[in-house]
Amino acid sequence: MATDGLHENETLATLKSEAESLKGKLEEERAKLHDVELHQVAERVEALGQFVMKTRRTLKGHGNKVLCMDWCKDKRRIVSSSQDGKVIVWDSFTTNKEHAVTMPCTWVMACAYAPSGCAIACGGLDNKCSVYPLTFDKNESMAAKKKSVAMHTNYLSACSFTNSDMQILTASGDGTCALWDVESGQLLQSFHGHGADVLCLDLAPSETGNTFVSGGCDKKSMVWDMRSGQCVQAFETHESDVNSVRYYPSGDAFASGSDDATCRLYDLRADREVAIYSKESIIFGASSVDFSLSGRLLFAGYNDYTINVWDVLKGARVSILFGHENRVSTLRVSPDGTAFCSGSWDHTLRVWA
Amino acid sequence: MAASPETHGGCRRAQMPHLSKMERVVVSMQDPDQGVKMRSQRLLITVIPHAVTGSDVVEWLIQKLCISEEEALHLGALLVRHGYLYALRDPRPALQLDQTLYRFQTPYFWTSTLWPAAELDYAIYLAKKNIRQQGALGGHEKEHYDQLHRRINHAWDLVVMQAREQLRAAKQRRKGDRLVIACQEQTYWLVNRPPPGVPSVLEQGPERGSCIARRVQMTKNADFYKQEIECCTKALGRIRVKSSVCLEAYLKFSSQHGPHDPIMSGCLPSNPWITDDDTYWAMNAPNVAVPTRPRVERWGFSFRELLEDPVGRAHFMDFLRKEFSAENLSFWEACEELRHGGQAQIPALVDSVYQQFLAPGAARWVNIDSRTMERTLEGLRQPHRYVLDDAQLHIYMLMKKDSYPRFLKSDMYRGLLAEARTLPETKRRVFPFMWKPRLSSPSPALPPASASVEPAATAGGPGAADGEA
Repeated sequence: MATDGLHENETLATLKSEAESLKGKLEEERAKLHDVELHQVAERVEALGQFVMKTRRTLKGHGNKVLCMDWCKDKRRIVSSSQDGKVIVWDSFTTNKEHAVTMPCTWVMACAYAPSGCAIACGGLDNKCSVYPLTFDKNESMAAKKKSVAMHTNYLSACSFTNSDMQILTASGDGTCALWDVESGQLLQSFHGHGADVLCLDLAPSETGNTFVSGGCDKKSMVWDMRSGQCVQAFETHESDVNSVRYYPSGDAFASGSDDATCRLYDLRADREVAIYSKESIIFGASSVDFSLSGRLLFAGYNDYTINVWDVLKGARVSILFGHENRVSTLRVSPDGTAFCSGSWDHTLRVWA
Repeated sequence: MAASPETHGGCRRAQMPHLSKMERVVVSMQDPDQGVKMRSQRLLITVIPHAVTGSDVVEWLIQKLCISEEEALHLGALLVRHGYLYALRDPRPALQLDQTLYRFQTPYFWTSTLWPAAELDYAIYLAKKNIRQQGALGGHEKEHYDQLHRRINHAWDLVVMQAREQLRAAKQRRKGDRLVIACQEQTYWLVNRPPPGVPSVLEQGPERGSCIARRVQMTKNADFYKQEIECCTKALGRIRVKSSVCLEAYLKFSSQHGPHDPIMSGCLPSNPWITDDDTYWAMNAPNVAVPTRPRVERWGFSFRELLEDPVGRAHFMDFLRKEFSAENLSFWEACEELRHGGQAQIPALVDSVYQQFLAPGAARWVNIDSRTMERTLEGLRQPHRYVLDDAQLHIYMLMKKDSYPRFLKSDMYRGLLAEARTLPETKRRVFPFMWKPRLSSPSPALPPASASVEPAATAGGPGAADGEA
């Protein structure tokens, strides 16, 4: 049947229009239960006072753009990766470098700390995600024990361990996400649905812990069931690439940052976008977002070298932080919420509190 | 690259929505009524119209965008760095607040108009500079010139001819116009061929293939739309909650957790990052003997918070032992181990869980409803990672709805709250001139045997410390 070119095109066109009309219906359904805006509900909440956060540590040591970082569960160690292939593990409290490894590829856009604190994962233009056990043995180089876990057909944009050291979730420029068994390198589940590069992902902190959200160049954020590989919810309100997604601490919502210079909040139970964080003076894309421990504040790093702090409930910007000398590429709040760390194309990382 | 330069450029431009936004701002600034005040600049005997001062630009940004001076200066500097504003005298990366005059770049030379910059054009530009004044090319421009000369040697006559022609045409123009065009061109090339040490503002990182259909799975074929249709149909069938209910939940969550959020409310005795004192971490270590009061309070916020805290979980286990239902928590833990464990361990783990908790007459038999038990036992024939999900959820809900509320009302929990470590609210003591050594802590990656290594004060001298007192 597919050999008849005209027939195939007609079917494609009908399918496309059917998808469009369903999307329209979905928007209508979502709107029906939208009885109040977040900022209206938040009128009862006290406004936040003067906000003072400063750089408390500056980590210098990368010779090139810092692209990604992640915290260790011990609340002070971090792993960071850069354009020149260097991956460094720091005790950011003392600013000492504890481990360093050079990847065989450039643009290491993803890195993650294992929950046990005994390994790190990273990858980038090599299309792979590799796991390095951390060793203090002077006779052993980190590269010797390297394990190649994930294999994609395009660059690796994000990676994260699940609740243990034994599984890794990856996102790639090939438009898919995938779940891997670290020990064997076996592909456990793959997630198809994005129409373009997937740029970010975050695991849900839910009780039954089986979902994660991803964002991509198709302007969509999609929530997936890890067990079945199915997309359970999708949101398409951004006007450009979604660079970063992060769950609200309760797990009932998530925030996203995009090249359209806005951050948005999506509620999973209401199944819709519930807030937009934007300002006329903010022109450059948001590259990275994260919540404070209580979810009241949203920290977002932008491509105009600044970090904007948003009041999640009232929708207003609380503060703007200057300091970096090039775009902020990565931002994570520490596991106990005492600080957040930002990495930048200016080769440095900063810890703010 | 199969794509023509035009489509390639189109794709890259789509990745830069900030350019069109900057252009809108710049166009607004040039509005005759609402824009920035225009002045004329006198350069020796020439007068250049439509110039603006840095301070007027900053003032306009402050008023129009409701931002602070610091932010306006920052935005102004970005406009200059992207070539939308240039100083007539010498090129500067920032926006000066003195009487330095700037002009707006002509749209012809906007990055979004003329992108990517053509090699041939650059060669002509450099050649013009060289012809106008022998030896004017220095540093990186000289290097580029030589490189281009080698690379497009075959077309070099064309380059020189074009350069001479453009210079000749320029001589026909008024001196003022000639100067302005030269500045505009120079600004364009500073953005597209920045000197060494100046990061290129046009660099975007690895290319995102959103507009190039490279691979089968990315093509918008029938399967893609079918999947979208399926996803939408399912979504239409889901149960949604009213916004008011969902949003109220955020208020509740934030107010409950606000006092426990160190960035919002501080933490006692102090935030380690601010005072260089890591007592807070020592007091809140994962397996500390006496937890702090806020920590014990958090166990009451949700069942998940209780389980996620190793100390909380241990106390809950003790409570369950008293109620003779500890096997529930042990079963749940075993299921978690299965779900998050290595692929190779699955058969052994499943078997061990079955023997311990599910087999008839098992030592720690868990009480699951018969339907779930039947389904689970059926699934065990072909064990996989998620085979115990239903049973695990059942037991989890049992603990959450039944044991957990009783735990919170129990004497044990009240006792824990009373014995928990509290710290008096003291004013934050600041020692601005007392330098505290930052103690290192053993890395989690160190094997337990060598954990006896003494944590040393490893800050390595005041010079190494990058924090602020």
